[in-house]
This record gives sequence, C-alpha cells and structure tokens, in this order.
Amino acid sequence: MNAPPVFSTRQVTKDYHMGDLVVQALKGVDIQLYPGEFVVLLGPSGSGKSTLLNILGGLDLPTSGQVFYRDQELTTWNQRQLTQFRREHVGFIFQFYNLVPSLTAYENVALVTEMVTRSMTPLEALKMVGLEPRRDHFPAQLSGGEQQRVAIARAIAKRPAILLCDEPTGALDVATGILVLEAIEQVNRELGTTTVVITHNAIIAGMADRVIKMSDGKIAEIEPNAVRLRPQEMRW
Amino acid sequence: MLDRKLRRDLRQLATQAIAIGLVMASGIAMYTMALYALNSLRTSQANYYQRYRFADIFCNAVRIPENVVPRIQAIPGVSAVDQRVVYAAMLDMPTMNEPVAARLISWPDLGRPRLNDLFLADGRWIDPERSDELLASHSFVKAHQLKLDDRLSFIINGRQRQLRIVGIVYSPEYIVQIQPGSLLPDYKRYGVFWMNQRHLSAAVDMQGAVNDVTLTLEHTANSAAVIEAVDDLLAPYGGTGAFGREHHMSHRFLEDEIKQLTIMAWVSPTIFLLVAAFLLNVMLGRVVALQREQIAVLKACGFYDWQIGAHYLKLAMLIAVGGAILGLGFGYLLGQNTTKMYADVYRFPVQHGSLTGPIVWGSLLISSGAAVFGTWRSISAVVALPPAEAMRPAAPTYFAASWIERIGLSWLLPQVVRMLFRQIQRQPIKSLSTVFGMSMALAIMILGSFSLDAIRYLIWFQFDYAQRQDVTVVFNQIAEQAVVLDLQNLSGVTEVQSFRAIPMNVRFAQASRKISVMALGDEASLFRLANIKEDIVSVPPEGLVLSDKLAKILGARLGDRVSLTALEGQRRSDEIEVVRIITEYGGLNAYASPATLARWSHLPETCSGAHLRIDSAATSEVYRALKEMPHIASVNLKGAAMKSFEESFAANILTMRLFNLIFTVIIAFGVVYNHARISFAEQSRDLATLRVIGFTNWEVTAILLGELAILTVASLGPGCLIGWGLAKMFVWGLDTEMYRIPLVIEPKTYWFAMVVVVVAAFFSGLLMLKKIWALDLVSVLKARE
Repeated sequence: MNAPPVFSTRQVTKDYHMGDLVVQALKGVDIQLYPGEFVVLLGPSGSGKSTLLNILGGLDLPTSGQVFYRDQELTTWNQRQLTQFRREHVGFIFQFYNLVPSLTAYENVALVTEMVTRSMTPLEALKMVGLEPRRDHFPAQLSGGEQQRVAIARAIAKRPAILLCDEPTGALDVATGILVLEAIEQVNRELGTTTVVITHNAIIAGMADRVIKMSDGKIAEIEPNAVRLRPQEMRW
Repeated sequence: MLDRKLRRDLRQLATQAIAIGLVMASGIAMYTMALYALNSLRTSQANYYQRYRFADIFCNAVRIPENVVPRIQAIPGVSAVDQRVVYAAMLDMPTMNEPVAARLISWPDLGRPRLNDLFLADGRWIDPERSDELLASHSFVKAHQLKLDDRLSFIINGRQRQLRIVGIVYSPEYIVQIQPGSLLPDYKRYGVFWMNQRHLSAAVDMQGAVNDVTLTLEHTANSAAVIEAVDDLLAPYGGTGAFGREHHMSHRFLEDEIKQLTIMAWVSPTIFLLVAAFLLNVMLGRVVALQREQIAVLKACGFYDWQIGAHYLKLAMLIAVGGAILGLGFGYLLGQNTTKMYADVYRFPVQHGSLTGPIVWGSLLISSGAAVFGTWRSISAVVALPPAEAMRPAAPTYFAASWIERIGLSWLLPQVVRMLFRQIQRQPIKSLSTVFGMSMALAIMILGSFSLDAIRYLIWFQFDYAQRQDVTVVFNQIAEQAVVLDLQNLSGVTEVQSFRAIPMNVRFAQASRKISVMALGDEASLFRLANIKEDIVSVPPEGLVLSDKLAKILGARLGDRVSLTALEGQRRSDEIEVVRIITEYGGLNAYASPATLARWSHLPETCSGAHLRIDSAATSEVYRALKEMPHIASVNLKGAAMKSFEESFAANILTMRLFNLIFTVIIAFGVVYNHARISFAEQSRDLATLRVIGFTNWEVTAILLGELAILTVASLGPGCLIGWGLAKMFVWGLDTEMYRIPLVIEPKTYWFAMVVVVVAAFFSGLLMLKKIWALDLVSVLKARE
C-alpha cells in the first residue's frame, strides 16, 4: 500500500434534515482506498455505509470535510463536474440491478460504452461475467443473478477507477450471490479496479483485502485480511 | 375514508387533473356556446316570425291588378295574403360618392300590413296624408348614423325626391339585408325603406295595381301546389315565379348560420371530449397500476368490488364535472359574445338568450359520459382484479425490438433512441392516445383557420378572376342596346358588357328550379365564366351552360337535355342541351348566348343591365353620372361589397381564430403534459439510474422529451389530414343553394397550426425540466422496481 490512495476522505460529515430533525449520517470519516484494493464496508442498517458510498461516487456532497479522488478535491466540484466524474471513473452496482428494462443485456452495456472513449466493447464486458450467450435478452427475460451480472458488465465496461457495489447480493439467494461475488472478484483481480462492496453480511468480509466496519456514522474498525477467500470458499 | 383517499389522490394528480379538466372544459365551452347561440337565434327567429307574421310564400310580378289579389286568397291552402308595391330605387347619400341601392316597399294607408309587419324601434308610423314620410330599416340607419327627421334624397322612377325618416323599424323579412345579386350583406350600400302605398304607387305608376304578393299557408296546405297555382294565376301579369321561405334570402342566410352552428355544436365538442376521454383513460390506467397493492388491501379488508370501482370512477367524474362547470361558465360568456356579434348582422327586435336547463344538463351528461367512456377499461380491470393476485407485484414489463429496428435500421440508432422507440411501442394505447390528441389539436386549429383561406379564395375566384367588372348596373326595365351606348359614352367608363337576365324555370327529370338565365356574348370580357381548373370558358353559340351546383341539383350532365320555361312574355318552353358546366360558389345560375336566349324565350334581344369597368381615377365622376341616369334601378359595386365583407366578417373570423388558438393550445398542452407526467413517473427510476451512471441532466431530459418529440412529429401528418377531413365535412355541411365554400387550405394555415402545436408541446415539455433535474438519485438506488 505504498502507492498513493485513489480515494481519501478527511473528516467527512453528512447531516440530513428531516423537518426540524437533523440526522447525522456521517460524523467525521477518514478513510483511504488504494489502487486495486478490495474493500468490504460492513455495518448495520443506518451506520452510514451507503451515505459514504454515495459521497465517494460523486452522487452526494458531504456537509463538511474533504474528499479527494487522486489529487483532485471532489468536494469543490459542481454537479456537472461530478456527473463527468461518474461518467468516466465510477462503476456502480446496485442491490436491485437498475438495468434499463427496454434495452437488452448487450444494449444496457452499450449504453455506457457509447459514452466513454477508452471502454471495452460490450461483448468483452459481457464475456467477463459469462453472459455473452444471453446478450440479446431483455432484463425481464433474465434471472436476478444474471441481471446483476449484466449490471456488473455495465459498470466495468468503462474500465472505471473504482467499482462501488451497494448490497450487490442483497436481493439474491446464496448460490446466485456467490456467482455474482465471483464476477466482482474476478473484475477486481483481472482489471485491478479498486472495489468497495457494502454489505451487512459479515461472511462476505472474507473476500476483502480490508474490512472497514462502520457504526453510528463513524469508522469503528479497519481490519486487514491476511488471506482473501474466494467466494466459493466462504462458509454461508 | 375512501373519500379522504380520493381527495389526496386528486391533490397528487392536481396538475394532470387540471390539464384534462381544461380540455373537457374547452369541449363543453364550445358546446355551450354553440347551443346558446343556436337557441338564441332559433327563439328570436321563431318569436319574430310569429309575432310579425312572416310570410310563407313570396312572389313578384310586373303588374298585378288589385282585383286579382282576392283570387290568390281563394287558392286552397292560403290563409292570408298581403299585397304591396316594391320598387328598386337609388339613394344619393351626401357622405358617399357611390350611389346607394334602396328598396322601397309600400306601407298600407290604413292600419298595419297583414303580413311581414314591422317592429317600430323609434319614432312613429307614417301619416298617410303626407307624401314625404318614410320608415327606414334599423341596419341602414345605424350604418349611416342617421336619426329621426333626417332627409334622404331618392331617385324614384327618374325623379329626385326628398323623404324624411319618421320611424326606425325592424322587419322579419330583412333580418339580414342582402342586395339582390349580392352574396353578402352590406348595410352601408343597401337599405330597405317603407313609404305610404298611395304615394309610392303614384310615384312609380302603379295606381290600382301591385307588383308583389306574399302569403301564409294553412297548416295542412301543400306548399308546392299553392306555388303552382299562384304561378298559373300570376303568369299573365308577368309573375316571375313564387318561392317559399327556403328560397328567401334573409331566411336562407339565417338558416345557414343555424346549420353551421348545429354542426359546430357537435363536431368540436366531440373532438374535445374524445381527447379528454383518452387522457382520462391513460391517467386512470396509470393510477390503477400504481395502486394495485392498495386495491388488493382494500378488497382484502372487505370493501366490495363495486365500492372500489365507484371510488375510481368518482375520481374521473370529479375531473369531468369540474371541467363541465368551468366550460359552462366560459361557454356562457362566449355564447353571449357570439350573440352580440350576431346582432351586428342579424337584426331582431328582441334577441333572446339564456343558458337553458337542457344545455346545462346536457353538458353535465356528455362530460360524465366521456369520463365513463374513457375510464371504463381501467375501472372494469379494478373491479375484476382478485385480491390475491393484486398483492403480487405486476408482471414484469416485456419489451421487444421496435419496428424501426426490425426493418434493419438498428445500427443507426444509439441505445437511448432505441429506448425511446421501444417505450413508445410498448404502450401503444398511451402513445396512440397522445398522437390522436395532438392530431386533434392540430385539426381543430386547421378547422378554425381555413375558412379565411377559403373565403379569400372564393372572393379571388369569383370577384377578381372570373368577374372583372367594377360595377354592375341593373335597369329598371328592359332596355334597348342604345342605353348601353349611353353608358359607354360616360367619361371614365372604359369597358361595358351588357347582359340580359330572364327568369326561367329549369327542369330535368323530377327536379326543377326557378333561376335567372343570363345571356353572355362571345366577347364577354368582364363577366367571365371559369371551370374548376380555373380555366376561363366561353359561352358556346348553342346550348346551355350550367353552374356545377345547379347541374348537381338537377342531376343533369353534359349532353342531357333540360327543359326551360321563360317566366316572362309568352312563357314558351324548350328543351336545351347542356353543353358546359362551370364552377361557381354562389347561387344557381345558367348562361347562354344572347341570340340563343332570345330564340328560346321568344323575347327580343334586349338587355336588363350592364357590367362596367371604370377608370379608378374617375370613379366619383362615374358614380355621379350613374345617380342621374333615370333608367338605372340599382348599382352594385363589387369592390365595396368585398371591402365591407373584409371589415365585418374577417374581424369575426379572426376572433374565432383566437379562440381556436386557445383551445388548440389547451389540448396540445393537456395531452403533452399528461403524457410527460406519466412517462416520467414510469421511467423516473431508469432516468435516475442513467444519471447515476454518468448521463447528464440534458441527456436524460432528451430521453424523456425525445419520446414526446417523436409523438408530436408523428401527429403532424395525421393532424393535417384530419384537419383537412374536418374542413371537408364543414364545407360539405355548409353547402347550400345560396352559396358554398371551396375547400381551400393554404400551406401557411397548415404550417401555422403545426407551429402552434409544436410550440405548445415544447412549453409543456419544459414544465417537466424542473422535475427531471430534481430527480432523487440516491433514493432510487435503494428502491425495488
């Protein structure tokens, strides 16, 4: 971990105003994410994991503190710059896949590859997740696991600097979940994409280089794993 | 409790509900306005006719001895007869260069006329002992801002006479005053006056005789039989053929307006209500889809199917009835405005007008009907939905490649464009409703605007292109060619073309009409005839030329032999071949060469009037000379009639056009906004996802509004076509024997309508910008589809 971090945050806080009530979702978070690293962000609901992920992905801005992507300060950017940042450098994977239902697997990936110049082809991306044969199927014709793998292909096709996965297996059964995690792990390994996976499933932590545990809006503990387990090696 | 839910649902749908309600309101407004005006015209007309004893049959002749009149009274079926002297005079108005045409009608020495009585608006009746008193029609008085005791200078039978206005009157015979030979009213250049019978008879050498008889019929009478009997009786006295109310100029004009209003009362509201029904259908379909689980829960809790159905029906009804009430109010104002506009043209002593019960109930009924029609599909689906099934999420939506991709164009399309087409194709009803609605908006605009094109074309065709005279003069009796020479010698007159018009009865198979057959020479250079292709055609030396409308009524085609009977002189009959059919937009006319006409009618080759072309620098001079020529009964100025038309009618048409513009914008706006809102609700998750993965605000906006743009563009062709079709229907509905309107729609009318629709669509799309740009990116990621 001698390379400079891809992401770093300094004393990031985030307050949400709900009427008169102020909810402090993040209460001063400092983390660094390094190139090629696989990080699992672990914590119960409401611990601030998703808020942190959204801020890292340029979807939201912190109330205070600084966020750096390499040597650029995200927190000084406007919406247009943030959109540009997401477009070029961030891959998102969501719990409910969020594929465009009117586009086929191939087209969902092509949606992204049409936007960026140094992307892989949609077919290459689909091959990586093993879904090349299903390229012409619409989301409604694919299983949940397949849809999530299409979402992974869509996220990685642009060769992002960071892959942010919010509960990627949350809507899937164990066997399918493993397949999806394998795909994410393979991408991390083969492309060297810094990967952050949010989960409240502690078992998944075994896959990570580092496990960052969050609770009540703060980093509770950072735990490096000596050995990264393959998804199928984890005990469910 | 369900009602509370209803209120909240309605609040959430507020903007959409308002948009649909406005479309509904526009339809009801048009309906109310047309029915209000229709009611007003019908009631005013019926009351007027009844109270002032408007005649059923009219006839004029050269000279009917007074002792013949009782024989008319004796014809079976006749209930009352009135006799009078009617004379076409010229009036010299100091404020005007040109001579004014006047119609002088005799007023009985004692009491009031048996038929066609007058309403005295101001002043008093004529004193039979005074020879210089006059009753003047209100329209003329108003047009010239005259008042009681003003003196007018008439040329009667070649002599100048000063007459004093003692009363201002309205007549049921002249609700619209149109000079014979003219198509449109011109209240400045044509006036109707009443003068004591004894004095008028003396002035026009009619003592002991009359030249005009009107009669009413008993309820059971056969009008055709009476007309035939009257014609037989009056033939020796130069009767030119009796005619019923249906051929009476003023009555006819009013009836045509009524006919037009009747069409309007149904066509436009039908369009608006159909669009509103489609919008309700789409909106409620969406609401029901969103509330599937709620419906299931309510049913599971024990609500009856009909209760849930009624709940959603109530939602649609509230919008419909709200729109209807708004429409009624607006329509009432429009109706009053239209009636006021009518008052400039149609002169009734009392103009009735009220928002009657049937209009109100009718409006509520048809708007509710439209709501039920529009929402029936969704509501029956709600009623039929088993609760257990409703608890499960709706089946996933399936997409397929759009036709545009299937025809091999997919390589051309970026992914977002494919999305657009597939989205449109996946919900054909929603997409078609929008295309239909937009097409209708366009069609309404075209329908509302084309009449100006059509009338301008008509004026050009009839008065600029075919007829090139400046003035038409009619002699007060048949004149020798020498009179024409007098006209030719007037300084300032550059060209003269005499004509002879002979009243004739034309018959073919079962159909017959009393018309005026006009003799036109080969050298005819002013009054010309043209066919539908705008070619000028000549009158052949032999045979008869028919206007297309007359040919159609008779059912006669080229080569057919029609029977002609002159209604003058010895009333000879002959069978003549139809050799040409020409296009005309006014009246029923036939033409022949002078020699042929003289031969058929056995009448000498004389003339009854002349068309003149005048050097524009010398018009005043010519007018002055014409006023002094004793044998001229009337002068018809072509340019003046057109100008007065442009002034009065064009202004009204422009007002109507403005209303149409507003209605078009309301429909286009309502349709687009409704579609945009629903599409946005359906796709907000996809749009947010696209924003998250790096699409910009504008790119996402383009996806949502692109769909609307495609649908708007798709509606332009059908809209123009439907507009054309409606205009055709409208023209067809107005096709009468008196005139018809050509179906002419200028390209600029289409363009303007398209621009209005596109701009309205664009702005309602813009309203969505705020919503698109405020998409909550974070929450969408956590939400299940």
